[in-house]
Amino acid sequence: MSAPDSQGRRPGDLPVLLPFALPKDRAASRLRPAHLRLLAGLAVVAVPAWAQGGAAALSPLEVVIKWAPLLLTGFAFNVAISLMAMAIGTVAGIGLGLAMLAEGRILPRLAWCATQVFRNVPWLVLLFFVMFLVPFQITVFGLRVPLPDWVKATFGFSLPVMANVAEIVRGAVRSVPNTQWEAAESLAFTRRQTMWRIILPQCAKRMLPPWMNVYSLIAMATVQASIVGVTEMLTLTAQVHAAEGGRPELFAPLYGFALLCFFLYCYPIDRFTAALERRFETR
Amino acid sequence: MIATIQAWFQQLYETTGFNFTIFYDPYDWDRYVAGLRMTLILGISTILASLVIGAVGALLQSGPSRVLRALVNGFVVVFRNTPPLVQIFFFYFGLGTLLPDIRSADGLRAPILNNVQWAIISLSLFAGAFNVEIFRSGIEAVPRTTVEAAEALGYTRFKAYRYVVLPLALRVCLPALNNNLINLLKTTTLAYAIAVPETLYAVKQIWSESQNVLEMMLVLLATYAVLVGVLVWIMHRWERALRIPGYGR
Amino acid sequence: MTRAPLAETPSPNWTPDQPIVRIADVHKSFGTFEVLKGISFDVRKGEVVCIIGPSGSGKSTLIRCINALVPVTAGSIEVEGIDVTDPRLDKLALRRKVGMVFQQYNLFPHKTALQNVMMAPIHVLGQEKREVEARARALLAKVRLAGKENAYPGELSGGQQQRVAIARSLAMRPDVMLFDEVTAALDPETVKEVLVTIRELAEEGMTCMLVTHEMNFARDVADHIYFTDRGVIVEHGPPATFFASAQDERTRRFLSQVL
Repeated sequence: MSAPDSQGRRPGDLPVLLPFALPKDRAASRLRPAHLRLLAGLAVVAVPAWAQGGAAALSPLEVVIKWAPLLLTGFAFNVAISLMAMAIGTVAGIGLGLAMLAEGRILPRLAWCATQVFRNVPWLVLLFFVMFLVPFQITVFGLRVPLPDWVKATFGFSLPVMANVAEIVRGAVRSVPNTQWEAAESLAFTRRQTMWRIILPQCAKRMLPPWMNVYSLIAMATVQASIVGVTEMLTLTAQVHAAEGGRPELFAPLYGFALLCFFLYCYPIDRFTAALERRFETR
Repeated sequence: MIATIQAWFQQLYETTGFNFTIFYDPYDWDRYVAGLRMTLILGISTILASLVIGAVGALLQSGPSRVLRALVNGFVVVFRNTPPLVQIFFFYFGLGTLLPDIRSADGLRAPILNNVQWAIISLSLFAGAFNVEIFRSGIEAVPRTTVEAAEALGYTRFKAYRYVVLPLALRVCLPALNNNLINLLKTTTLAYAIAVPETLYAVKQIWSESQNVLEMMLVLLATYAVLVGVLVWIMHRWERALRIPGYGR
Repeated sequence: MTRAPLAETPSPNWTPDQPIVRIADVHKSFGTFEVLKGISFDVRKGEVVCIIGPSGSGKSTLIRCINALVPVTAGSIEVEGIDVTDPRLDKLALRRKVGMVFQQYNLFPHKTALQNVMMAPIHVLGQEKREVEARARALLAKVRLAGKENAYPGELSGGQQQRVAIARSLAMRPDVMLFDEVTAALDPETVKEVLVTIRELAEEGMTCMLVTHEMNFARDVADHIYFTDRGVIVEHGPPATFFASAQDERTRRFLSQVL
């Protein structure tokens, strides 16, 4: 799917015109050495400024190298947050998705409303929501459990993941032909058995590419935690910039370095997702 | 009428403690409306600019120049795979500080582009990169034989694009485009990070001063639910208007 | 049948008593694969020519060369004195004279039947809309599709779509019509309605070149039949003699398979 699918909408839901099929190959976005060079160029765009910087000040490149270990630690923290948010959100999302598909009237509607809200509200707003409205500690069985900011942020990121995963699950289950349900029913499977033993195993493969898409988006969104005061890579980048005397010419290389880190992390995921989509499609 | 609403919310506060200041305090109301207006300015301008970027990019990608094609590909790959917030910082802090200042009318030094303009530029580029891909896949989905039929009728390459390829490509890529534009509208909240006074920024100011976080959070959620809902509605109307009988699924 | 007066599109070196299409020693290669290995024949005005032969023998390529959808590798093609192989060819002038109908109809799916017929005269020839619409309605009636003006291609059957495609081509008032296996994609029961339309066209004196697998139709309607195999014309002649007394072994084998 070439759409930026934070909406989690699948092509199957869409009124795509019959005689055409959206080609799934992303030949255009295949990485070529030129692109890496372009990115490296971004990272050191302020090199001319370094020439005038004088002997005392480090060159932008030297600054980046000097602080790279710290910044990379921050980046690792971003990755950790994204992985945890993804894990929580996936589990919750499967539950929410199945709730949307459940029999009965009230549960599916409630689940649908929750999905719509968490999908359509900006992620940053959800993050604010959690940061300000979840207390800094909770009491479980008389035990005080402190909730540091990063835990709350992780929770905040898992909400949109949940909604998007729920939508992916619902779409994938819907895409399994009705005849599968009928066949299972005629073999005296219960609804629950049919879902877990017959339908879900069939859609697991189909759900993988959009699920990875969501992961890529959440990984890139973790930098928003810096806005609500969680110390992660972007926060550290600003601190490093201040520590180096706040020279304006350092902004571009430092933020360029952050761009580079995320690119090197997300681009392979993007390629892998595209490759999976192609492989599943030919079957 | 307005007085009634104000009185009602005032009373709601006094009786229940729910303090929706924006509905009875004109100062807060003005700030909220200004924020909403800024969100609309960001949303509309970035949607239009990203569509232009997407169309031009897709055109260059099918063009003859290898250098331009490689540049567009690089642009798409980089902007799709890096966080939009870092892009905004890179543009606003990184490039913004490198550009020379200009002297404004009152003699003060001012940057050439202010934070609102940088937000529009970087958000448009971000969404534009996705639009390039979306448009390109739409154009590629138009069968070669349909273009051939237009050629056989004497259409030039340009006219065949204008009357046959683009109308069809638009219909093919509309669902994906919907998604991306809705996503873009949500992403405008990131402008908050460089102090663009859009809705989130305004609402946060209000709740810090009036100590009504929960109430303003609800207002915020409702605001975006309505904004996104309106955009979804418009795009679905458009999709329906363009639907071809006998070809929809 | 509305025909453009010849004075409207003057061709300097051509008079109606000369062949309307001249194909001389045409070669065409895709990469190293030579599809056409020297094809030559003339088509006179009003003549109906059928090109038959096994798949992959280059029939469709040949017909596509005639309206410059495919450039030839060597040789020359002239249509009403216009040199199709000239690099400075005015494609618009050529395509006003040559109409083409495809196997897959290739209607524009986002336009109604009427709009499909009207588009090219308005966009390409810049003709006046009201006049074009009247003509388009007449053409749709002629191909027995009156009442389907506002249907979209997706709402029409294959045979109906193909007849819209014929009307669309005729709206440009061509002097030569090319038919590229126009019934190959159709259901057997709708083949006939398309063939009837083509036959009427031929009887009105339209110069037609058909690539076809419908041997009975070819025998019925053609003035001359060309049999191609592996890029060359193996044999040709009027249908009576062609079908009755084919000389070449390859022709006989082909005919025994399809008849």
